[in-house]
Amino acid sequence: MEEAGETKKIMYVNRKAPYGTIYALEALEVVLIGAAFEQDVYMMFLDDGVFQLKKEQDTKALGVKNFSPTYRALEMYDVEKIYVEKESMEVRGLTADDLIIPVEVKSNEEVTKMMTEMDVLLNF
Amino acid sequence: MKFGIMVNEGPYTHQASDSAYNFVAAALEKGHEIYRIFFYHDGVNNGTRLTTPPQDDRNIVNRWSALAEKHEIDLVICVAAAQRRGIADADESKRNGKDADNIAPGFRISGLGQLLEASIQADRMVVFGD
Repeated sequence: MEEAGETKKIMYVNRKAPYGTIYALEALEVVLIGAAFEQDVYMMFLDDGVFQLKKEQDTKALGVKNFSPTYRALEMYDVEKIYVEKESMEVRGLTADDLIIPVEVKSNEEVTKMMTEMDVLLNF
Repeated sequence: MKFGIMVNEGPYTHQASDSAYNFVAAALEKGHEIYRIFFYHDGVNNGTRLTTPPQDDRNIVNRWSALAEKHEIDLVICVAAAQRRGIADADESKRNGKDADNIAPGFRISGLGQLLEASIQADRMVVFGD
């Protein structure tokens, strides 16, 4: 869509729980729109952000939309580099099997290294 | 250096927009370029001209408008975030059948593509948020 003439490594850092605040939902909107720019996109989930990918989310009692199925669509947008921080999952009692999409699990040290290799970090 | 700026929190509740303003002012002072400032999440509330703080407090919105006018800075409010939170220019207001608009001088409403473009074009993207 947009002819920028260069490709940057852009990491979306998702740190917040999916509900309670709007950060997760609006972050996902950025990722979906941003896909049109054909950049080298990375998605990182850490801290409470790991809950965004939890299977079987039920938001009926909250009265807000369960937007978690949208993460399954990321593949269609060519967003395939999806990472979850190991330590964040562990302290929350989660494993990769609890998540709605396949992810690559990275240690805190690896996450830090990846971040230093990015051109752009957008934090949500 | 060419900076892109993202402001993710509303004025007064959070420090983020003050920090962003101070950063931008300091960067300009040092001769750097500000490619664009993109307002997202509650950050869109930085762009309502109806803001009326007490007289002895800083006026965050007017401060952005003045900075934009003086240095010709592109202040962009995300349209999707703005619609949720009731920030509208005349076109948006008309399009959505509303009876008023409230965008402050120097701001414009546009899409998330503007954030991505700034991220790509700027040497550094700096995010101010929670």
